[in-house]
Amino acid sequence: MSALLVVLEHDRGKWSEANDEALTAARQLVADMADGAELHAVLIGDGALDLAGQAGAGGAAVVHVANDAMLTDFGPEACGETVVQLAVAESVAAVMAVGTSRGNEVLAQVAARMDLPFVANCMTIAPGAGSWSMTRVQWGGSLLEDATLDSGDGPKLVTYGHHAVVAAPAAAPGAGEVREFAPTLDASLARTIVKDRDVQTAGVTLSTAPVVVSGGRGVGSAEGFAQLEELASLLGGRVGCSRAVTNLGWRNHTDQVGQTGTRIAPEIYIATGISGAIQHWVGAMASKRILAINTDAEANMVAKADYAVIADLHKVVPAITAEIKRRKGL
Amino acid sequence: MNILVCVKRVPAPGAKINVTDDGQSVDAAHLGFTTSPHEECALEEAVQIAERDGGEVTVLTLGPVEAEEQLRYAASVGAHKIILVPTDGSAWDPQRTAVALTQAIETAEAANGSAFELILFGNESADSGGFQVGVRVAHKLGRPIVNAIKGIVPGDGSVTANREIDGGFEVYEVPTPAVLGVKEGINLPRYPTMKGRLASKKAVLETAEIDAAAGGQTLVKLHRPPEQASNTEILGTDESAASAIVDILEEIGVLA
Ligand SMILES: Cc1cc2nc3c(=O)[nH]c(=O)nc-3n(C[C@H](O)[C@H](O)[C@H](O)COP(=O)(O)OP(=O)(O)OC[C@H]3O[C@@H](n4cnc5c(N)ncnc54)[C@H](O)[C@@H]3O)c2cc1C
Ligand SMILES: Nc1ncnc2c1ncn2[C@@H]1O[C@H](COP(=O)(O)O)[C@@H](O)[C@H]1O
Repeated sequence: MSALLVVLEHDRGKWSEANDEALTAARQLVADMADGAELHAVLIGDGALDLAGQAGAGGAAVVHVANDAMLTDFGPEACGETVVQLAVAESVAAVMAVGTSRGNEVLAQVAARMDLPFVANCMTIAPGAGSWSMTRVQWGGSLLEDATLDSGDGPKLVTYGHHAVVAAPAAAPGAGEVREFAPTLDASLARTIVKDRDVQTAGVTLSTAPVVVSGGRGVGSAEGFAQLEELASLLGGRVGCSRAVTNLGWRNHTDQVGQTGTRIAPEIYIATGISGAIQHWVGAMASKRILAINTDAEANMVAKADYAVIADLHKVVPAITAEIKRRKGL
Repeated sequence: MNILVCVKRVPAPGAKINVTDDGQSVDAAHLGFTTSPHEECALEEAVQIAERDGGEVTVLTLGPVEAEEQLRYAASVGAHKIILVPTDGSAWDPQRTAVALTQAIETAEAANGSAFELILFGNESADSGGFQVGVRVAHKLGRPIVNAIKGIVPGDGSVTANREIDGGFEVYEVPTPAVLGVKEGINLPRYPTMKGRLASKKAVLETAEIDAAAGGQTLVKLHRPPEQASNTEILGTDESAASAIVDILEEIGVLA
């Protein structure tokens, strides 16, 4: 029986939220594959065994747990090689992951090693008898591409875009049969394994903040961001910015919202002095509500927002702060 | 340290991306072109390393002859050598691109008589975003690669590279010759100076005619995602809108 192998992620035994998306997408894909394919999952490295049950609950019939001294932390080459060996051993019909930073890198490694095509960041995938058809994202989501994937006799290699699929629990759990897998890894692959970690325990991050108050070129200076900082902190939120602002050196790139910055999903996004270029918009479009403050009524950000104030941000932002303080009795 | 940077010419769209009638490319009739942002940062990083530790920076692109514009720009911000692999302007799939770039790199290294100690890619290209060309090239060259890099410190026979993870970094120590996929934010790219602009006019453009077989990923058609219907409620045209705004903040429960 043919199989779809889904590559799951974890950090030293901590389940990644992307896995719920991966399993949701995999259940659908396996159902669409012609010959009643079986859903296999692979978990790699230290702590993987403890998560096998969760993969089974998510619908996996078989959960491969791969271990080797080289697989303690993430290493793109060692992980990629492990997946290749497993895919060959099980002669799987396809390998799939969610297109997180690691997911795309591991699949690229698999593709390079097997010399097979790899289609990244799909929205939908239609498996076929020979080639597969898919719609994938370009421009970080600003544009869609219909594509086909033909991999000859080899497995199909694909990722779904991160957040392209809404995670849902499995209607019924899979058999979840655990199989240990010991890859044969050449010592030279240790050249790309983690030597050290430098993790800051940040509070609310930009990607998880319930409120993001952003400024664009219209803020006019680095100092101009003080008023946005004040408003954001009153709302328990974070300050964001556009790439124009990062390029001007007014803010650090860690604050940048957009295609080459951070993707945010707050309850409300307050975008001030930002024109709403498409590359900025793709980072902000998952916001539940958007308030644009802009002097230009024609700005794209205004057109796309739920609410807008057509005025100078330097007048409106302090007025909002003052009104909040008044109501809070501060 | 001799460093090679691979960059891609991409259109610079504004509020909307339009597609040509045949659905094969972005309608760039009224657009300027630029280099993918991650790659601009990769180039800046290479130039900073060369300025500090010596060595030459070579920039390589595969694209239409017009991509000379991006190579000259690279020279204006500090690249020493520029190489173009010309195409007919159609979009090449990632496998085909990787085969041609690998061959161009091998040719350049043979001419230099030594390997580039470091080859930098962007983490992903801004337009097609295949997340793979760098990994494929590195594998063909038999060299290590790590992506999502936001910090590089050259060492003796190795480079220390910081990979971005949620809330921090993973640190890799990769033996050279090495390949890295760089992300925007690693540095702030400089603007060309007048002297740089003059130097870029004099830079010698090398071209390497290379073709490669099409890979297994084929573009059928580009299209725009469905427009989300938006009807913006205008809350006001001056600061008196503050009260209506705070009403909304209260209503959605973020004014705790
Ligand atoms: C491949 C690629 C990737 C990119 N990735 C990103 C990304 O990740 N994030 C990103 O943001 N951009 C990105 N960009 C850049 C993007 O195209 C725009 O250039 C950028 O977003 C513009 O920033 P801005 O809106 O601050 O500036 P502008 O476009 O200059 O807009 C400034 C706005 O401020 C308004 N304004 C001026 N004064 C005031 C005032 N006093 N009060 C109120 N409003 C005022 C103006 O009306 C205008 O709308 C990318 C570009 C490319 C090509
Ligand atoms: N046509 C090209 N010419 C030069 N470099 C390229 C080209 N296409 C992709 N690259 C490089 O490969 C990286 C990854 O591209 P991609 O696999 O398309 O996401 C880019 O950031 C570039 O550094």
